[in-house]
Amino acid sequence: MVQYSDGRLDASFAALSDATRRGVLERLGRGDASITDLAGAFRMTLTGMRKHVGVLEQAGLVTSEKVGRVRTCRLGPRRLDVETAWIEAQRRLWDARFDELEQVVAQRRRKEQIDGHPKRG
Amino acid sequence: MDIRSAAEPAATQDRTTIERTSDREVVVTRTIDGPSPRVFEAWTDADLLRQWWVPRSFGLKLLSCEIDARVGGTYRLTFDTGGGEPMAFFGRYLEVTPPTRLVWTNEEGDGGAVVTTATFEEDHGRTRIVVRDRYPSKEALDETIAAGAMNWNDETFDQLDELLVKLGAGTRR
Repeated sequence: MVQYSDGRLDASFAALSDATRRGVLERLGRGDASITDLAGAFRMTLTGMRKHVGVLEQAGLVTSEKVGRVRTCRLGPRRLDVETAWIEAQRRLWDARFDELEQVVAQRRRKEQIDGHPKRG
Repeated sequence: MDIRSAAEPAATQDRTTIERTSDREVVVTRTIDGPSPRVFEAWTDADLLRQWWVPRSFGLKLLSCEIDARVGGTYRLTFDTGGGEPMAFFGRYLEVTPPTRLVWTNEEGDGGAVVTTATFEEDHGRTRIVVRDRYPSKEALDETIAAGAMNWNDETFDQLDELLVKLGAGTRR
């Protein structure tokens, strides 16, 4: 089971505050990649990309493994947090939307009662 | 993963639930007051849809809303995101069966259309709504999730922080 402690949460969100790092996550969502691949994809030096991957690794969003001379990166266990967060943000959006839909429907029904017949918009 | 049971153990079935039901599908459900023909109408009439589709609390402004809710008809919504180009959502209706079922595509993303199926089931004057978003692939949904994260602001992070702490409290011990 994934552990949620405040320090790790801060690390996740700090890691996500950078557009390149979110791009790296998006890229790794499509498949594993080496540091060299990622540096190429984001037109960045190897050193720069290693730094970004390091931040993502510390947050648990990415894991990497060195085989020979190639370091391969893949999504880490805390990638699930991003999904959890997205799902919850979507739920909040739909919840607010449905509340307003309910009001629109209620207004239409009141208007119907006043007009005495259903009215098409 | 079942967020609602963890976050709201006492939630009734009337409240909004959401679940990623497969690699490429997300399902939202809610029951609201009102008969299904009135609910269906609110989804297919532009003047009505614009009154609720963008919740006031979300800080987005709907600039335009054009709907031709017939099979093969199109829709287009544009939003002011508070800077930069307006954001557009558009697609086409695949099925229009009043007052029970509406199917449309969302074509603004790369890599194929998302197909949304909304069903409306009336029971004793209340309508149960199920909205099913089917993505073209697992990758497309994963990318949407990652891209969604790019639009988060400080407030989102605060809310998520709270949520994850709450979820974590249940799993830690």
